[in-house]
Amino acid sequence: MADGTTRVPDLHPGNQPGHAAGEPASASPAPRRFISLLADGAPERADLYGREDRSFAADLNLDQFVGKIAGVQEEPAFIASLLYTQLDDVDTVHYRHEVFRDLEDLPLLGQMQEFAELMHQVRSHLAQVHKMQYQYQREGWFLDAASMYCKAVQSLVDALGNAPLGSRALCAFRAFLASYVVSAEFELLIADTRDRKDALAQIRYCTRIRGLRVDVSRYEDQADYSVEVLETFDRFKQGDAKDYRVKYRGWPGMNHVAAQILELVARLFPDEFQALDEYCRRHAEFFDEQIRRVERELSFYLGYLDYIRPLSAAGLSFCYPDVTAKSKAIFAVDTFDLALAKKLVSEGKPIVRNDFQLEGPERIFVVSGPNQGGKTTFARMFGQLHHLASTGCPVPGNAARLLLFDRLFVHFERKEDLANMRGKLEDDLVRIRAILQAATSNSIVIMNEIFTSTTLRDARFLGEKVMEKIIQLDVLCVYVTFVDELASLGDSVVSMVSTVVPENPVERTYKVVRGPADGLAFALSIAEKHNVTYQRLRKRIIV
Amino acid sequence: MKAFLLYKDQDFDFGAELPPNHKDLIQDLEMGNVLESMALGDKFLFEVSTKVALASLRDPEAILYRQRILVDCIAEPEIVREMYAIAVGALEDKRGIWAYSSQIPSSILSGAVNQLEAAVVRLKQLRRIADDHAERFHSAGLTTLFRTLQRELDDEYFRTISFHLKQLRFRDGQLISAQLDRDNSGIDFVLRSSDRGKRGWKERLGMVPRSSYSFTIAPRDDAGANALSDLTSRGVNLVANAAAQSADHIWSYFIMLRGELGFYVSCLNLWDRLVAKGETVSYPEPRSWPQRVMSFTGLRDMSLALRSERQVVGNDVDASGQSLVIITGANSGGKSTFLRSVGLAQLMTQCGMFVTADAYRASVFDGVFTHFIREEDASMTSGRLDEELSRMSTIADEIRPHCLMLFNESFAATNEREGSEIGRQVVSALLDAEITVFFVTHQFDFADGFHRQRADSTLFLRAERRSEGQASYKLAVAEPLPTSFGEDIYYQLGGWLDSDSDRPAALSATTSASEERLAHGLDAR
Repeated sequence: MADGTTRVPDLHPGNQPGHAAGEPASASPAPRRFISLLADGAPERADLYGREDRSFAADLNLDQFVGKIAGVQEEPAFIASLLYTQLDDVDTVHYRHEVFRDLEDLPLLGQMQEFAELMHQVRSHLAQVHKMQYQYQREGWFLDAASMYCKAVQSLVDALGNAPLGSRALCAFRAFLASYVVSAEFELLIADTRDRKDALAQIRYCTRIRGLRVDVSRYEDQADYSVEVLETFDRFKQGDAKDYRVKYRGWPGMNHVAAQILELVARLFPDEFQALDEYCRRHAEFFDEQIRRVERELSFYLGYLDYIRPLSAAGLSFCYPDVTAKSKAIFAVDTFDLALAKKLVSEGKPIVRNDFQLEGPERIFVVSGPNQGGKTTFARMFGQLHHLASTGCPVPGNAARLLLFDRLFVHFERKEDLANMRGKLEDDLVRIRAILQAATSNSIVIMNEIFTSTTLRDARFLGEKVMEKIIQLDVLCVYVTFVDELASLGDSVVSMVSTVVPENPVERTYKVVRGPADGLAFALSIAEKHNVTYQRLRKRIIV
Repeated sequence: MKAFLLYKDQDFDFGAELPPNHKDLIQDLEMGNVLESMALGDKFLFEVSTKVALASLRDPEAILYRQRILVDCIAEPEIVREMYAIAVGALEDKRGIWAYSSQIPSSILSGAVNQLEAAVVRLKQLRRIADDHAERFHSAGLTTLFRTLQRELDDEYFRTISFHLKQLRFRDGQLISAQLDRDNSGIDFVLRSSDRGKRGWKERLGMVPRSSYSFTIAPRDDAGANALSDLTSRGVNLVANAAAQSADHIWSYFIMLRGELGFYVSCLNLWDRLVAKGETVSYPEPRSWPQRVMSFTGLRDMSLALRSERQVVGNDVDASGQSLVIITGANSGGKSTFLRSVGLAQLMTQCGMFVTADAYRASVFDGVFTHFIREEDASMTSGRLDEELSRMSTIADEIRPHCLMLFNESFAATNEREGSEIGRQVVSALLDAEITVFFVTHQFDFADGFHRQRADSTLFLRAERRSEGQASYKLAVAEPLPTSFGEDIYYQLGGWLDSDSDRPAALSATTSASEERLAHGLDAR
């Protein structure tokens, strides 16, 4: 075993003992400007762009979908940070929209997903190489990683070559890749990798085991005995048989007997294995830094698209909002709560979409109406929509114009502390005051069911005070309340009401509309409900 | 090798789901009695009977294929029961042998060899029966089975099997080929049947490159020895798979044989029971569409016959060419019993069995559906009409043209005007979809509506009462009458609702029990 461990080349990147021997002549590339998928001319770390704010994550249920999106990614913290970071310039929002628009092309999206998946595998392969004990095992695994890398890069080049790209980010990356794949460095990697793989794949050998003795020899076309057995009993075959083959997990991990056998195989095939040694020295550092950066940032886009795909498949629309820092004439059509939609779609239940619009002097939605009718959902949705828009992501809805705000403030009633009414009211007021002090006319404020722990008289009084201040601040606001009077405090206030579908709990929806409550009455006959009238049955039973 | 006793050219799918309405069929047609008489307490036979009885055939030829086998079985019951016993015994043997739960191929292999050895014993028993008795059977199904056994299981074949079973016990080393995996470890291990890789003299003298190297594990290297046996195990992986699959194939032959013979053994059980009761049976004549045939004489409800002490009286009806049969008349006049006898006979016809009738001739329907009034529904969250219509809706999901639909007092959970209207809409829709409908009703408005509008394609039957006011359960062809006979029966039973003390105990049981009493003229007095 000793000679198996002494000849190991060090495969750690950046430390290449045999580098000089196989160094290609033209292998020192010029320093490059790094391309980022997240922002144009981005600094070294694009994730430091904008401002991160998680204060409202739980109230808006943003934590639910950020958790779902980031949780499945290789670097959850990085993705979560991006999803909580609000951009402060419209151009960067557009920069990201461009990438999302390019990824609407399904073949391209598929290629990018495959690329990301393969690169992830390459890196986990390389990480495993360092944990392996035997030289030829390590070398085989390293070769395999390089082979995946080459395939991933080449198929991405093909995909991008044909794709109708419009984004600044992906166009720049395509240009980079085009020059990378014709570089001498990469071309040599491709050729060497293919040669080594082919040579190793040709190798067949036999082991004969008798007691403790193992003979290793070349394979010489001996027949498969299992075929004979199956043929003998073939006449009883009744259908597909259960598979009794035991699944062996071959790698990574190799015992010393397997390593000894491999040593002998290497002696039976000396040329193939010497060439492999050589290969590993020459290509110790094959992974390009720019490619790594793009791949990392790509997971932001792919993660978000993965999340919304089942929703789109269920018939829900997403759109690129017209993001503006100048106008408060905002609107959204057929929009919905992203976290709730995920839940309902997974349960196969329908999702009701809502519209909202502010015109002229209108700034504030006061939402009232029966409980369980979607008031809170409406408030969450409004907040989610603006936050998402500020991250450069597409938002729920058919069309939207949204404000690029400076801060988003959310105040939801806290469920705890019900024993201490006075303490709770005080706490509410302190928090609200802090919000109203920090908010500017470019902020968004969302207030949900405040002052429910007080008398109606107190709630009306305090509510009016808060509303006065909000009106005066000229902020965009959603104010959910049970106090009807707050809905008629002037031109800037729009009254919205939740409506309930009382019939079927499955169909109970969260429709919030302008105007007074409007009870819906359904008078379906029982037979019609069950679809067993003459007309319905004739349609159901196909002749 | 196939059994092919339930179909000429395919296996019966015992794994298939029962039809979605099987619970309704079993409950409404009171099939439980029939199935129990077939199974005689045997859980497996009960399951087989239920599956076969409910998986209706749609082709008259396929029905006749089974009928002919059944005739053979009834003629030679001992031989059929013996073959069934061999199949059952084989599967009991299997259970006695260690199963392949292991994750070690060499253990799987030795288990499989044990199983194959056991199976061979049972195969030889089957061959012997075929040798001894084949000429006593005449149906296509059984003669083919015996011929197959004799052809496929000849002596030469048993010799080949025994050679391989010996080979698979090898202990003198195995030759295993391999390739290099992605990490250069071995993969695709295959056990090879011979060793042609001997070193030649040129190689030994160093004139050609060496083609073999060796090493030996140190005697105390337990980890090494384990690694070696692991490698051997990987090497026999494919062969173990082959042997285990072969054993499974043989068992699945026995499983199929047990299931398919099980059905005929169940039929033998039922036959014995009916013969003991003095019941006569006949083999029905299945007809294919587009003939709309439904004609029988002396049709009795088999389920009632099995549990009744007395001879049950049969009905004669010819509803051929009619798409709708409406049955009206006296309460407890045998209407429900009649409806059940039709449904049951139809199901038994379509699974290849005999029926309790003097003669039974009917089209082969694409399915039989029942919608019976349910009086015991306590768990209802919605109203009764809601429940009835919900069941109707479930039926509408499944029913197709050329099905048979049996209604028993349906849509009566509301007032007569509304119930009749719903019934009219439902039945009209079914008739227009070429579905044959039997409808037992006491709703005169409903029955009379069809009498006025579809008289030419509707047969009206009426449960008559005899002159002295006692219900007869022979049905007569007669138009609906605007009144029912509930009052009569009530008083006939002694007005037992007036006072609890007057109530005869037996009549507080189910509707069917009271119906049966009346059907046999067992008056409460």
